[in-house]
Amino acid sequence: MAQSNNSIKKILTVAFALCIVCSIIVSTAAVALRSKQQFNQELDRKSNILEVAQLYEPGMDVNETFESMITPRVVNLDTGEYSEQHDPATYNAFEARRDPASGRTLSGEKDIAGLTRQELYSTVYLVGDPDDPEQIILPIRGQGLWGLMRGFLSVEGDGNTIIGITYYEHSETPGLGAEVNNPRWQAQWEGKEIFDEQGEIAPAISLVKGGADEKTEVDALSGATLTSKGVTNMLQFWLSPEGFGDYLARFRAGVDQDEVQGTDVELESEGA
Amino acid sequence: MSDVSAKSVLTTPIFKNNPIALQVLGICSALAVTTSMSVSLVMTLAVIFVTAFSSLFVSLIRHHIPSSIRIIVQVTIIASLVIVVDQILKAYAYEMSKQLSVFVGLIITNCIVLGRAEGFATQNPPGLSFLDGIGNGIGYGFILMVVGFFRELLGAGSVFGFTVLQPVQDGGWYVPNGLLLLPPSAFFIIGLIIWVLRAVNPEQVEENEFKMKENTQPKEAV
Repeated sequence: MAQSNNSIKKILTVAFALCIVCSIIVSTAAVALRSKQQFNQELDRKSNILEVAQLYEPGMDVNETFESMITPRVVNLDTGEYSEQHDPATYNAFEARRDPASGRTLSGEKDIAGLTRQELYSTVYLVGDPDDPEQIILPIRGQGLWGLMRGFLSVEGDGNTIIGITYYEHSETPGLGAEVNNPRWQAQWEGKEIFDEQGEIAPAISLVKGGADEKTEVDALSGATLTSKGVTNMLQFWLSPEGFGDYLARFRAGVDQDEVQGTDVELESEGA
Repeated sequence: MSDVSAKSVLTTPIFKNNPIALQVLGICSALAVTTSMSVSLVMTLAVIFVTAFSSLFVSLIRHHIPSSIRIIVQVTIIASLVIVVDQILKAYAYEMSKQLSVFVGLIITNCIVLGRAEGFATQNPPGLSFLDGIGNGIGYGFILMVVGFFRELLGAGSVFGFTVLQPVQDGGWYVPNGLLLLPPSAFFIIGLIIWVLRAVNPEQVEENEFKMKENTQPKEAV
C-alpha cells in the first residue's frame, strides 16, 4: 500500500480530492454564516454610534433605536455641504478612500494622523432634526501606537462642544493604550470644546499631561504617550478644514441656514 | 505507542505529558490570548475542536495519505477547520472574535495541532486519535486557564470579568499590576507552572544535554 500511495497518480488524486472536500466545507461555512456576520458587524457599528451619542442602554433594540433616532448624511469634506450623490445607507467612506475618483492621497505634513489616503465624502450621523441636529456624530480614524484606530466623536449641535468619544477598532496595548475605551476616561470628554474661540479655523482640542485645565484640553492616558498623541493628531486632522472643519463651521456660525452660508464664505476667505 | 488506552490518551496530556509544560509547544498563543479568562476559554474550546477533528480526519484517511505530501495534507485539513471555527465565532460570538482577532487564524500554526496530527493520528485509529486531540486540547486549555486566571486577577483584579479585587481606578484598594497584562508575564507564569509540574513529577525533568564547564581562567573582557 505504501508503494501505491506514493505514485504520482495517487498523490494527485489525494491532493485534488482533499482540496475539493476542504473548499466545499469552508465555502459552505462562509456562505451560510455570512448574513449573520454582516448583521453582527452592522450591529456593532450602530451600537457604537449610539454609545458615543450616550443613547445606548444594555439590552435595548439597537436597530430600532438607530432607525428612529439617527439620520446618516453624506458630507462633502471640501465644501462642508451635504452631498446628494451618495446614498448614506450604502456609502462606505473607508472603501471609497482607495478609489482615485473618490479619495485623495495625503502628503507628508498634511497627513498628521498617518492615514496616507483620505476619502472626499464622509458619512456623518445626526441625532434629532437633521436640519438642526442635537448631536453630530463624526467618524474619526488615525494611527495609534500599534495600528489604525477607528472610532466616533459626538459633537453638540453648536459644532463645538464634545459629547463623547469611542473607538470600535484599535490594536492598542491592553491596560495602557486600550484605556481609550475606559468609560472613566471617556467621561471627561463631555463638555470639552474643540475650538478656542468663534472663527478660529484650526481645532485646539488636545490631550495634555498632568491635568487638563482648559476647556480644550483632555487628560492624556497615563503610560500611553504614543496612543495619546495619535488621538490628538487624529482629532486635529479630522476637525481641521482637511476633515470636517468646513462642515462644523456651518454649525458654529449659527443655526440660521442663510446666515450659515454667508459666514461660511467669510470664514473661507479668512482661512485663505 | 502499542498499549494506548482511550483513558490514557485523554488524560496523560493534561499533567503527565502536557503540550505546553512538557513539550513546550504552542507558547505563542498562550502569551497572546491569556489576558482574560473568558478569552482564554473561547480559545481553549477552539483549539480542542480543531485538534480533535483534525486528528480524526487525518486518522480516517491515514492509509491514503502519500508520505511525500503528508504535511501539506494535514495543514490543509487543519486550516479548513480553523477557518470554519473563525467563521462560526464571527457569526455567533462577535465580541469574542474581535478580542481574539488574528489568534484564531494562528491556530493553524499552533505546533500542538500539527504535532498531534503527525505524531499520533497518522499511526492510530480514528476513535483514539479523536480522544487524543481532545486530551491535548484540554492540556493546552488547562495551562491557558491557569495563566489567564493569574493574569486577569492580578492584572485587572477580576475573574471572568467579575471584579474580585476592586482596583484603585474604580475607587477600590487594589493597584493592578500592568505587567501582567503584557505578554512577557505569561512567560513567567508558564515557567512557574513548569517548575511546579516538574517538582511534583520529577521524571519530567530533562537531563542536561551538555554540562557547563567551570570557568577556569577568569579574565576581564577586553
